[in-house]
Amino acid sequence: MTISIDPQKTNNESLQPKGWLRYFSFSLDHKVIGIQYLVCGFLFYLIGGTLASAIRIELASPMSDFMPRDVYNQVLTLHGTIMIFLWIVPVVNGAFGNYLIPFYVGARDMAFPRLNAVAFWLIPPSGLMLVASYFVEGAAQAGWTAYPPLSITTPQSGQIIWILSVLLLGGSSIFGGINFIATIIKFRRPGLKLMQLPMYCWAMLGTSLLVVLSTPVLAGTLILLSFDIIANTGFFNPVLGGNVVVYQHLFWFYSHPAVYIMVLPAFGLVSEILPVHARKPLFGYTTMVFSIMGIVVLGLVVWAHHMFTSGTPPWMRLFFTIATAFIAVPTGIKFFNWVATLWGGKISINSAMLFSCGFIINFVFGGITGVALAQVPFDIHVHDTYFVVAHFHYIVYGGTVFIIFSSIYHWFPKVTGKMLNEKLGILHFVITFIGFNLCFAPQHWLGLNGMPRRVAEYDPQFQFVNQISSLGALLMAISTIPFLINVFLSVRNGKDAGDNPWNALTPEWLTSSPPPVENWEGEAPLVEEPYGYGKKISERK
Amino acid sequence: MTTLDSSKEIQKNNSEVNETHEDFRMFGLITFLIADGMTFAGFFAAYLTYKAVNPLPDGAIYELELPIPTLNTILLLVSSATFHKAGKALLKDKNSESQKWLIFTAFLGIIFLICQLFEYFHLPFGLTDNLFASTFYALTGFHGLHVTLGTLMILIITWQSRIKGGRLTSQNMFPLEAVELYWHFVDGIWVILFIILYLL
Repeated sequence: MTISIDPQKTNNESLQPKGWLRYFSFSLDHKVIGIQYLVCGFLFYLIGGTLASAIRIELASPMSDFMPRDVYNQVLTLHGTIMIFLWIVPVVNGAFGNYLIPFYVGARDMAFPRLNAVAFWLIPPSGLMLVASYFVEGAAQAGWTAYPPLSITTPQSGQIIWILSVLLLGGSSIFGGINFIATIIKFRRPGLKLMQLPMYCWAMLGTSLLVVLSTPVLAGTLILLSFDIIANTGFFNPVLGGNVVVYQHLFWFYSHPAVYIMVLPAFGLVSEILPVHARKPLFGYTTMVFSIMGIVVLGLVVWAHHMFTSGTPPWMRLFFTIATAFIAVPTGIKFFNWVATLWGGKISINSAMLFSCGFIINFVFGGITGVALAQVPFDIHVHDTYFVVAHFHYIVYGGTVFIIFSSIYHWFPKVTGKMLNEKLGILHFVITFIGFNLCFAPQHWLGLNGMPRRVAEYDPQFQFVNQISSLGALLMAISTIPFLINVFLSVRNGKDAGDNPWNALTPEWLTSSPPPVENWEGEAPLVEEPYGYGKKISERK
Repeated sequence: MTTLDSSKEIQKNNSEVNETHEDFRMFGLITFLIADGMTFAGFFAAYLTYKAVNPLPDGAIYELELPIPTLNTILLLVSSATFHKAGKALLKDKNSESQKWLIFTAFLGIIFLICQLFEYFHLPFGLTDNLFASTFYALTGFHGLHVTLGTLMILIITWQSRIKGGRLTSQNMFPLEAVELYWHFVDGIWVILFIILYLL
């Protein structure tokens, strides 16, 4: 059976608000939805960043003097939840995925446009609900992991709002995942083969598989947890005969894949950006595809490495250590492929390239500490210390957030038709890179020396290093200023970009900037070789 | 002049977007059902882990009787068959026959829910009595929610097929096929649930 696209419907679309007002409407245009995800996510990033600054101000002194301890717990819980569920996951999946995937598969929209709009509009209310829970009886205090029995015994209204909000965001994420899988597998332009797709499509396919397979488990777990809180059942409450470790297993069955949900799309994006600015084909396309799929499969069977101190039996420790170490193989392949892509390339040093290179450096560092953490003896020593905090910030900030900024510099001309200012961009990169490393590198030392995470107070001997870290956080906060100035100035008065300022070959650049509502005038182009750089035009397919 | 031009413009746009593509709503539904199945898989995994690790405390009551759930299993399996009959009838444009089968399927679903509630009221344990009682109610309740939604959707498509040439016809079978797939999925989950909760 086939579906014909109703011309009537597209006419109704043109009756929707024009200009900036359409970003506040229930638009079905994948490009509008992508920008909605990005801007909404960035606003939450500013909130989450403010909370992070509050944490670093508190930790600049060993006593809890900036805020009371329970407020500190609320702040760190909100910081983690907002950054993960409202900034990184929606932006790196929803924003770039919605904007780019239809271009890459040669379609005029996502497979299910209405579902797509629903998925986005679940985010702002649940995010506001989460932020507002602070003003009820206090927000949730149990961290983004919401481990029972802590989450059962802390004030309940905040925790329940937290659960509701995460359930809605999980639903949004599942709807998005279904949409991406259908679009990439089923909605490709005739003649376009899977192995000709730009790498970001593969990354999003892998990510969406993880979303569809693991997010529902988190939803089920949180429903059981809310029963424990509201109905006084004992699923995870040892006092009533329950089992806390079952919660941890179910939670990490989602939340370890969630790490890949946050970082795999970044792998895809960096694989788009590097070839363009190095003027070379992406090195090892096929190995990239297989390593993404390898990460997807392995990512589902490594969750218990978060639980080595939870009384895990030895066979389980052994299995999960080995499985986790195996993940380093496909990840290493990708790392070397990126380096090989750069090798001998005609590299332009611009903001997009700098942020991508920053990603490679930070990510390999975070990856190495990740392999270290997979080893049981070492993990037991540093479990729940600042070493872990440093490790995952190197992945999610040094990795994914760097790529988000890199992608903004790369695709801003496509979205707006204007160039961003390079000087401000490089200034943004330099402050971010120094600030980030100054903030998180010392935390490895803190963790190795035994400073526990998630506590407002610490041993005074750690004060000096904590102050260095806080200084780095200050720089990170400042780094947002040149970025915001840059975006606001360039949207209004930026240099005209033309349709394809980077001379890129991927399909989104083969249309006007900004693209028309239907993505292309006429038929979608068939791009068989999205990375055909360094060849004569006549040799290109 | 301008109106003429703009109408031409619209026509041009229309001819451009008047393209056809394959129907992949079923593909999307299957993906969703896989996700939904993972929720159940999480619950089952939790239940089996509890069975393996957490002993039933002394004096706690957790006993299930087989007759009602066996009847329920039969009800759901029969209802899957009757739903299939409804689809076959609609394909032959026999709308009223299809409607009869659909209503019969919904009726079986409602009987299932009544039996389930009857079992709830006659069980010797409540939701918060012990861990296994809680898990039992959570699992069967979550499944019952799926049956409720399925029954409602069957009634909706019955309504949609009331006239020839309406929303649900032999030319547009998607609503029926989608609900049928969902219904078979819910039945399949029940069979697994029956084996894990009652027989193991």
